[in-house]
Amino acid sequence: MYNVEEIRKDFPVLRQMIHGKPLVYFDNAATTQKPQCVLDVILKYYQEDNANIHRGVHTLSERATRKYEEARECIQKFIHAKCKYEIIFTKGTTESINLVAHSYGGSQLQPGDEIIISQMEHHSNIVPWQLLCEQKKCILKVIPINSRGEILLEDYKNSLSSKTKIVSITHISNVLGSVNPIKEMIALAHERGAIFLVDGAQAPAHTRIDVQDLNCDFYAFSSHKMLGPTGVGVLYGKEKYLEIMPPYQGGGSMIRQVSFEKTTYADLPYKFEAGTQAIAGVIGLAEAVRYLTALGLENIENYEKKLLSYIENKILEIPEITVLSQALKKSSILSFVYKGVHAHDIATILDHEGIAIRAGHHCAMPLMSHLGVDASCRASLALYNTQDEVDSFVEGLKKVKEVFKSVIT
Amino acid sequence: MLLRELYQEVIIDHNKNPRNFYKLDLYTHHAEGFNPLCGDRISLYFEVKNEKIENISFQGSGCAISMASSSLMTENLKGKTILEARKIFSEVHAMLTGKEVGETEKIGKLTVLAGVKEYPARVKCATLAWHALASAMEHKHV
Repeated sequence: MYNVEEIRKDFPVLRQMIHGKPLVYFDNAATTQKPQCVLDVILKYYQEDNANIHRGVHTLSERATRKYEEARECIQKFIHAKCKYEIIFTKGTTESINLVAHSYGGSQLQPGDEIIISQMEHHSNIVPWQLLCEQKKCILKVIPINSRGEILLEDYKNSLSSKTKIVSITHISNVLGSVNPIKEMIALAHERGAIFLVDGAQAPAHTRIDVQDLNCDFYAFSSHKMLGPTGVGVLYGKEKYLEIMPPYQGGGSMIRQVSFEKTTYADLPYKFEAGTQAIAGVIGLAEAVRYLTALGLENIENYEKKLLSYIENKILEIPEITVLSQALKKSSILSFVYKGVHAHDIATILDHEGIAIRAGHHCAMPLMSHLGVDASCRASLALYNTQDEVDSFVEGLKKVKEVFKSVIT
Repeated sequence: MLLRELYQEVIIDHNKNPRNFYKLDLYTHHAEGFNPLCGDRISLYFEVKNEKIENISFQGSGCAISMASSSLMTENLKGKTILEARKIFSEVHAMLTGKEVGETEKIGKLTVLAGVKEYPARVKCATLAWHALASAMEHKHV
């Protein structure tokens, strides 16, 4: 039985008033809140085990190393990777994508090769490829989306060719919430000999990930969007690709032997983990994964599905609102515009009601210009949000009319 | 702080019916203001004759605060000298960023924007047009 009131007790940040109203946190696609257990393991690590990893022979270093490597196994199981050394710790999704663009793209692509992305990508899944294309004289192709906010699969099929070397697509759109048919898209890319990277930033806190079932070549995600701390992310990569890729950064930990004549690199995953890593963050992420696993991703997904259909129905009470996201398969993200009132004004009015939403272009400017809006509002829900909060949100939206009545009438 | 103090009637009115909202046919100065964080953008045009702003207009899109601030700015600056415009810019900037304002009478109706200083995330909305003004005064359009 999914008991949201009990779950909420695990999140201390939710117990506060904003402008005299209980906080309603609907900005989960930007970052999620952290349960007490995650905060506890981070504190405990610094209080009891803090040491550098893979270096010392002393007890603290061995303890810190063990916890760090246990975290890797925990992530491996969570996304069902084949081996633990296919899990590389990074700073976040952005760094994970940059790592692949720089290291795989930089070493494997030739002038004239093509990279495919979609129209709904976040800037962090656009700009690294543009930089690569500029450097390697490659071509970036963009798959359009339909009016519901779904990738046009026919266009995708037609764009694939023997020139396609990399396809990089978001699992779930951070603006529209659309869940893309990545498994099918991955199979199609593989038929053409291209590798496939999934930008998974919006997925792991909302749906179960199985990288072997998807058969993706890379999967990138961030700790802070799945109840973990900021500053940590993951790059999953198939061993055969990680092996042929040169290091992304040079430094300590990533070497086998260094001399001024010749340096040899460490084995996976350390080849890609130069310098002291965010050890406490990695341990915190593993705890977040244990928390999500204990709740059960299927349960979370079912709960959020109900919450999404509740908010989608409830928002119809406000005729001035147009919902931008209409995909048939959707995660718990609702993007909308309010007739005659700018998104930032909506966000300020809602903030006065204690409600946190995102307003702006959501780091997806090309998508926004496709939708024909400068800015939109986004309410993004997570496992601890409730129907009562949705009610407060809709009541809050009714205040917009009071403030702007002379504009709307 | 009440929401009504931020969204005063004057602001709502100028957002709904922005004054001088068109592109001047003849202008001596022009600048684009763009806030990449939120997507607000304005184009500002004015014509200076004998050190005086004879005509001023703007176009753009953005939130109520940015649109009202732009509209009120054009209304205020029409007929002012460049020297006066520079002074008004400093006074308004001080007001919006919570610093001491020297001569309130100079900025007149623009004081309705004062509530913005309580909203740090929105200050940039109100200053957008003013930064475009400062930039246009530096780079004369010929």
